Amino acid sequence: MKKLGFYPGCSLKGSSSEYAQSVLAVAKAFDLELTEINDWNCCGATAAHNMNKELALSLSARILALAEKQGMTEVVVPCAACYNRLTVTQHELNKDEALKQRVSDIIEMPISGNLQILNVMQLIDKYVADRLEEKVTTPFGHKVACYYGCLLVRPHNILQFDRLEDPQSMDILMKRSGAEPIAWGFKTECCGAGFSVSRTDVVAKLSGNIVKDAADRGAEAIIVACPMCQSNLDMRRPQINEYLKQKIDIPVLYITQAIGLAVGLSPKEVGLQKHFVPVEFSEQH
Amino acid sequence: MIANQKSILELQQHTGVNVNRCYQCGKCSAGCQLADEMDFPPSMVMHMLQTRDEELFQQLLNSKTIWLCVSCQNCIERCPMSIDIPQIMDYLREKSAGEHKINHQSRDIVAFHRAFLDSIKYTGRLYEIGLIAGYKTRTFHLTQDVKLAPKMYAKGKLPLVPEMIKGTRNIKGIFSRTKH
Repeated sequence: MKKLGFYPGCSLKGSSSEYAQSVLAVAKAFDLELTEINDWNCCGATAAHNMNKELALSLSARILALAEKQGMTEVVVPCAACYNRLTVTQHELNKDEALKQRVSDIIEMPISGNLQILNVMQLIDKYVADRLEEKVTTPFGHKVACYYGCLLVRPHNILQFDRLEDPQSMDILMKRSGAEPIAWGFKTECCGAGFSVSRTDVVAKLSGNIVKDAADRGAEAIIVACPMCQSNLDMRRPQINEYLKQKIDIPVLYITQAIGLAVGLSPKEVGLQKHFVPVEFSEQH
Repeated sequence: MIANQKSILELQQHTGVNVNRCYQCGKCSAGCQLADEMDFPPSMVMHMLQTRDEELFQQLLNSKTIWLCVSCQNCIERCPMSIDIPQIMDYLREKSAGEHKINHQSRDIVAFHRAFLDSIKYTGRLYEIGLIAGYKTRTFHLTQDVKLAPKMYAKGKLPLVPEMIKGTRNIKGIFSRTKH
């Protein structure tokens, strides 16, 4: 059994608990053991880097330092925002020794900066992909719009996530799980992210455009790998529909939920009951 | 016009961005999803910085733009000169807050950020109920989303008790050592 470090982040402990549940369930199905970083803290998300750069770097650096101290070499970070903050922080510290020293003094821990930080697609690609097709028992036989958002793909020079404007890795994994990914225009457009509470109107508009394009092009579900994208597209659907002046009811699934279903996990095991937009398909399989 | 090299030099030092490299093609503004909500779209921000006019610099610190930028990073990716506009936005936000020049209409956005940071300062992790309570007391938007919370709770998406980490003293130390 392959052992890897795991950084769930705050959303996965609260409003996106089904993401954590499905990541752990899929990992288990593929004999991967994910161990949570002991005593991890919040990465600081958008709030920290908007208000105080040094604080933002230090909060993320503490997490990296803890993982190193606990002997981890690879850490799985399913939340796209946490993944982005941790990866960008490690990159910034590695390119500036003086900054690394200053941040190390602030967090009172040494940082070497050589962790492998994996998002969910990278985890699946690296440890699951070659066994994926043979494990599929219930192909996810629906048209899906794979929605990558911002934080998985940008900034490209640091994250190096396949193709910038038209990424493919999620589409490929969904295809191998039996789905039919569609071509559409909003793969990497922003959902409104952290404005969910402070500018719900902006989220309704930005997320509305995404949901509408997916629906117009015949998607039966939107697949995501980010808790902010999921909650904006799912939990804010009443505001989205009000903005669009039409009722769109296609569900929004985490990629780990879709893959989980394909390899035979039950809807409950991957937490589908926690969605606001019910996960129902017209021609049930 | 009051020419001031100092503000731009400082910006350049902190962000490593040379604002002169922008040749005003406008791709950043074309791709920016928030541009139509902003008082100055990203390419105009670049132009305002290029003038070295202190008055325009102050207008940026007081703008809606800097708080509406959601850091999606589309601008830098599409910029033919790879100019790091998101870094500039981070810098301007931090300076605006530090100098108490936050745009009035952007106060809700800043209130959210502050409530977020307050929450992790005390427990080490984000406590969503605490975040919303903190946001509401800062903005008086008391009735917003009142119907959402019970639904979230019913779906097991809203833990009532905050997760306290052991290293809260370390976290508080990080906050106080990075305070300016």
